[in-house]
Amino acid sequence: MSEFPASAKCVVIGAGIVGNCLVGHLTKLGWNDLVLLDKGPLPNPGGSTGHASNFIFPVDHNKEMCLLGVQSANQYRDLDLSVDSGGIEVARTQERMDELQRRMTSATAWGVEAHLLTPEEVAELVPFVNTEVILGGFYCPTVSVVDSLETGTVMRRLATDNGCRVLANTEVLDIVAEPGPNPGDHTVKAVVTDAGTIETDYVVIACGVWSNRLANMAGATIPLVPAVHQMADVGPMDILAETGNEIGYPIVRDMDTFCYERQTAGSMEVGSYAHRPIFHHPDEIPSNEEAALSPTEMPFTPDDFDPQMEQAIELMDMLGDAEIKYAINGLLSLTPDAMPCLGEVPEVRNLWSAAAVWVKEGPGMAQVVAEWMTYGYPRVIDAHGADISRFYPEERPDEHIWARSAEHFNKTYGIVHPAEQWESRRNLRVGPYFSRQQDLGAFFFQARTWERPQWFESNADLVERYGLGEREVEWDNRWWSPITNAEHLNLRDNCGLVDLSAFQIYELAGPGAVAFADRLAVNKIDVPVGRSIYTPWLTPDGGFHSDLTMMRLGTERVRVVTGVFDGGRDEFWVRRHMPTDGSVSFANVTDHITTLGLWGPNAPAVLGAVCEADLSQAGSPYGSLVDVELEGGTGRPVAATLFRISYVGDTGWEIYLAWDDGPAVWDALMRVGADYGLRPTGGGVYGTSGRLEKGYRLMGAELESEYNPLEAGLARPRVKAADFIGKEAYLAAREAGDPEVQMCVLTVEDLHDSRGRKRYMQGGNEPILTSDGERIVDSHGRVSRVTTAGPGPSLGKHLLMGYLPAELAVPGTDLQVMYMNELFPVRVAGTGAVFDPDDSRMKS
Amino acid sequence: MRILCCVKRVPAPGARINVTADGLAVDAAHLGFTTSPHEECGVEEAVQITERTGGEVTVLTLGPAEAAEQLRYAASVGAHHGVLIQTDGAAWDPERTARALTAAIEALEESGGPFDLILFGNESADSGGFQVGVRVCYSLGRPIVNGIKGIEINGSTLRARREIDGGFEVYELAMPAALGVKEGINLPRYPTMRGRLASKKLAITTMEIDAEAGGQALVRLHRPAETLSQTTILGHGPEAAPAVVDVLEELGVL
Repeated sequence: MSEFPASAKCVVIGAGIVGNCLVGHLTKLGWNDLVLLDKGPLPNPGGSTGHASNFIFPVDHNKEMCLLGVQSANQYRDLDLSVDSGGIEVARTQERMDELQRRMTSATAWGVEAHLLTPEEVAELVPFVNTEVILGGFYCPTVSVVDSLETGTVMRRLATDNGCRVLANTEVLDIVAEPGPNPGDHTVKAVVTDAGTIETDYVVIACGVWSNRLANMAGATIPLVPAVHQMADVGPMDILAETGNEIGYPIVRDMDTFCYERQTAGSMEVGSYAHRPIFHHPDEIPSNEEAALSPTEMPFTPDDFDPQMEQAIELMDMLGDAEIKYAINGLLSLTPDAMPCLGEVPEVRNLWSAAAVWVKEGPGMAQVVAEWMTYGYPRVIDAHGADISRFYPEERPDEHIWARSAEHFNKTYGIVHPAEQWESRRNLRVGPYFSRQQDLGAFFFQARTWERPQWFESNADLVERYGLGEREVEWDNRWWSPITNAEHLNLRDNCGLVDLSAFQIYELAGPGAVAFADRLAVNKIDVPVGRSIYTPWLTPDGGFHSDLTMMRLGTERVRVVTGVFDGGRDEFWVRRHMPTDGSVSFANVTDHITTLGLWGPNAPAVLGAVCEADLSQAGSPYGSLVDVELEGGTGRPVAATLFRISYVGDTGWEIYLAWDDGPAVWDALMRVGADYGLRPTGGGVYGTSGRLEKGYRLMGAELESEYNPLEAGLARPRVKAADFIGKEAYLAAREAGDPEVQMCVLTVEDLHDSRGRKRYMQGGNEPILTSDGERIVDSHGRVSRVTTAGPGPSLGKHLLMGYLPAELAVPGTDLQVMYMNELFPVRVAGTGAVFDPDDSRMKS
Repeated sequence: MRILCCVKRVPAPGARINVTADGLAVDAAHLGFTTSPHEECGVEEAVQITERTGGEVTVLTLGPAEAAEQLRYAASVGAHHGVLIQTDGAAWDPERTARALTAAIEALEESGGPFDLILFGNESADSGGFQVGVRVCYSLGRPIVNGIKGIEINGSTLRARREIDGGFEVYELAMPAALGVKEGINLPRYPTMRGRLASKKLAITTMEIDAEAGGQALVRLHRPAETLSQTTILGHGPEAAPAVVDVLEELGVL
């Protein structure tokens, strides 16, 4: 027996599909001093991989999940450990048929072959389906069944052949992290097991359902919960046995009952996502020794499964007389937002998470983590949605994880609108104006943990004034109100007041603050005090990590203002890159500062009524920061910083205030604004319609690590002298000449569908196609798709944004967009603003 | 034929049985529950007999309300009736159990007529007392043979076969009679989906019967120390041959 390793460059904990693929991918990328350990035996240590259904339906509306599913399926294929069985999602309702049209749209976007089938066509492929209960099906020939255990073994062997040591039956007792290098930081040092301690530079937790318990050992969190997915294996049935194959018929997903039927040799596996959410704390999961089957194959609770049996028999009558040979409450991992947990954990340096990953995306996500560890960022895809640093502190406790996972478990096969809001765990973070906004009938959207008004029912009168109305089709109208268009038009005519309290605000201070800020940012931060800088932060490969505003508040003080969706990632990025010499201190001041946006032609008059400062473009120039006093109506002046900027295309300010001063200023502005048509204005204008008309890019939508500032149209004429993260790649991209693709704004020229109904694209990755209906894909494999869609009320057009190859990124180019599997004509408006393109309204 | 099967709800054990802190029970925190395996075979046998000869199978259990799950399972594989003597879940000693079962059987026979055959499991999977069936039959004045691995029904008599060293014994009993059956008598079927769904509709008769405790008290359960074994890999492929020879010589095989 080989000696227990006293040290390793990296210890990977967990030998399921993810851990095995991870050591394989790390080995391919040149890592060799690896240890892979698991508390269970090999090749099946008892985690979720061992009882997985092992099939991959490649189409998902979510880009990361879809493309990493496809990537994973291809990795299984490359190892010859995969069979393309095909798969059909069947619909029992018209609503589901509409959803299948949306699936077709996503299939087109991601380049996955798919066909809509009539019930009879479904029966041609799966003759034992009862055609009377279905309206149709969505067929993907490339749905595959994979051998995840053998794939794990092959990937593990690849690693062991190159020096990776594997320790089975070895349980982790502790993960040691020590303080440093900066105050509040910790860094991983060692893994303590029941067989000895391994000193190590990196630890990756790939322990599936146990991951949070392991992370907790180091003082970190991996927000996931072990959740039951019930499965029953029924058979034998002659028609299946006669195929002579493990899988001879396409897999059927009975979408409206949240069930699937998957052949496994002579039997059928019936799996359910329809039962009540059943969760277990990791400490409740039995050990390998205690478990009747395996730790993650928990005792079946038949009462929960009975309704699914009835539905399964309804779809496939032969199942009724088949024997239930094996049935489990199988455990898998769920997270609060239904996305995986990948990347370095924010609490402990060099401690990584590769968790909440299912077999269907395991190899691809392992590749993501391996690249991230090697290159400082994933290369195969932008993975911001899976980045574990996305979670705010309020999203990490069990209370939140369990509530949210319970809410989305039954939506696994659900029809989820792109704008769908959570019901549970609301009002976690609210701005100081919350009660006032409630009084005004605000309809709140939650951005991660923060409540933001999307529109105000108190503005319903404007709908009539502007002659607006509801959208024709309920789906397009869902999570939307014509009030948002009315607020938009009122802002353009008068002015609007926008609550921006969810801005995440950090301050860097100290002698090294400006130099460090410059290291993060593409654009120059070492500017005169009082200036602001809108800038990308790049990955080492030159793609977008962030896109935000920095403010030079003092000679040794820089403020960072970023969007609420990116706060967790951006704070982590700052802390992870901070100098370790003590020259820079970091403070998150989000809770202390509230921001109000005041925009519109009447904004200067409204602000002027509570402020004696010179608000002209001379006294408060565009892009400047000016400290002023406002009359807050409380008898004492309120200190504020006016930042003359606009994300909506009209003149005005972001007004930065002490949190507690916010309500008085809100009241004062609303009072004096009444004479100027001021209305509270929601995120529908700020985040979508106002932004879209100006062509402003949004991190996470237009801006991803797969695109660089040249392609996004955000490159400045010159590059600063100071070094910054991603500079080398950025310079190389600039030297390579004109970008291959450019971010464009497009107008939808005709909204009518084949039934004569006006339809409104939602910005859910709808593919942009040539006038011949062909997909548009660049040399990197990036597809042209809608990154944001929304109304342009001032233009009377529905607007889209998306990357297009340079030859198509020409104003006037006619293209098409697919929405709900129908084609609509669109025209390229340009790469910049379609409303007030010379910015005269903002700068006047 | 009227056949009664007595079954017991027992934990479905893992590889290691844990004992509760007070030492008085199996720790079932990680365990599901099942029907004691000999009794599962008893139900199967009863169902097969009635499938051949006609009649009905009643399944009787003593246990907590959750033991209805075992009755439904029996119904899902073909049993017709289920009777639960409901307890608070505490373990009952064999005498107490036998007294309660006897009382229940007498009540069931009074209302529905005598059972031609009563099937017990040879012993329960958890406590393994080997005596409840014998005690019940003694009280009822009915013959019983244990260790049965084969049953033939011939009119009003039955032949029961049990394995002994080097062969088997065959008993002929006039019915009404009772047998304690052992695993191996048949291969119990799994429930079908329809069977499971039908079992949901089973009307379970619940009885509340208390009985005097017997003299056998559980003092404490001990988990035996795990016997660890060591495996030595002698080598891989042809290179391992000399080491294998050495071991065989050491064992005196060569």
